[in-house]
Amino acid sequence: MKCSEFLNELTNYLDGALDDRTKSELEDHLAWCHNCYVVCDTTRKTIEIYRNSELYELPDDLRGRLRSAIMSKCSLQKKSGPQSV
Amino acid sequence: MSAIQPNVREPVSEELALVRAAKRGDDKAFEELVRRYDRNVFRIAQHITQNREDAEDVVQDAFLKAYGNLAQFQEQSKFYTWLVRIAVNEALMKLRRRRPERMVSLDEDIKTEDDSVPREVADWSPNPEQMYKQAELREILTRTIQGLPAGFRTVFVLRDVEGLSTEETAQALELSIPAVKSRLLRARLQLRERLSRYFQKRASADEANGASGDGDQ
Repeated sequence: MKCSEFLNELTNYLDGALDDRTKSELEDHLAWCHNCYVVCDTTRKTIEIYRNSELYELPDDLRGRLRSAIMSKCSLQKKSGPQSV
Repeated sequence: MSAIQPNVREPVSEELALVRAAKRGDDKAFEELVRRYDRNVFRIAQHITQNREDAEDVVQDAFLKAYGNLAQFQEQSKFYTWLVRIAVNEALMKLRRRRPERMVSLDEDIKTEDDSVPREVADWSPNPEQMYKQAELREILTRTIQGLPAGFRTVFVLRDVEGLSTEETAQALELSIPAVKSRLLRARLQLRERLSRYFQKRASADEANGASGDGDQ
């Protein structure tokens, strides 16, 4: 397997979406190709860092205000009839 | 290496019961749907618009549109996927309004092929998040993801941050599954490349002096 072939399958590999044979071919490649190993490992870390990052959390006070605004607009909308998307 | 596990969400049947109650006019049920998904919609909206006020507007507008069009929701997808589709469209409209000079679409920048070839292949520190103070780390992560084209950023956020499946992401963005996979791969690789400059192992004083480097934080 070439590095470019490994790279094409990287997303499927990280998502666990490969059949056993392709997965094993990829892992054989990872065992001897240090560059691909690093790319794979650091891509996984990239995903995990973003997933755990809690960027853009909605603060509780703003959350409450938004919900109140949404529900009161919904009531108004109910009285005035449906909108189109 | 083990596969990345998707984020777990509520069972669909419970969501569907709320949707059906809301369709019958039960506003408390709709409010419960708002409670369930407002944080997700806010995150997605802010990632796309990169503007907090716009993200607040998107949360309101998306739920309001969902409320007004509940009767048209055919229950062929999850309510959440349908809601995300509405929210993404609202967010893209906001982004286009702010950047009228650029045509913002989910298809932008798909022609360049070289942007995802790995160049940085130095290993990272074992605990890269701990190399920076929390505020610094947030700044790095925000700046890095904001540098991606909107089409890549959106796929990455839905798939990897919000944990939608590839199929759900394709439905929400009205893209094909191969298009989602291709954008996701390139988004992941571009983010990895850009983060590498912050998270690479730093040579410790011992290593610099030629000693064996255990603990190379």
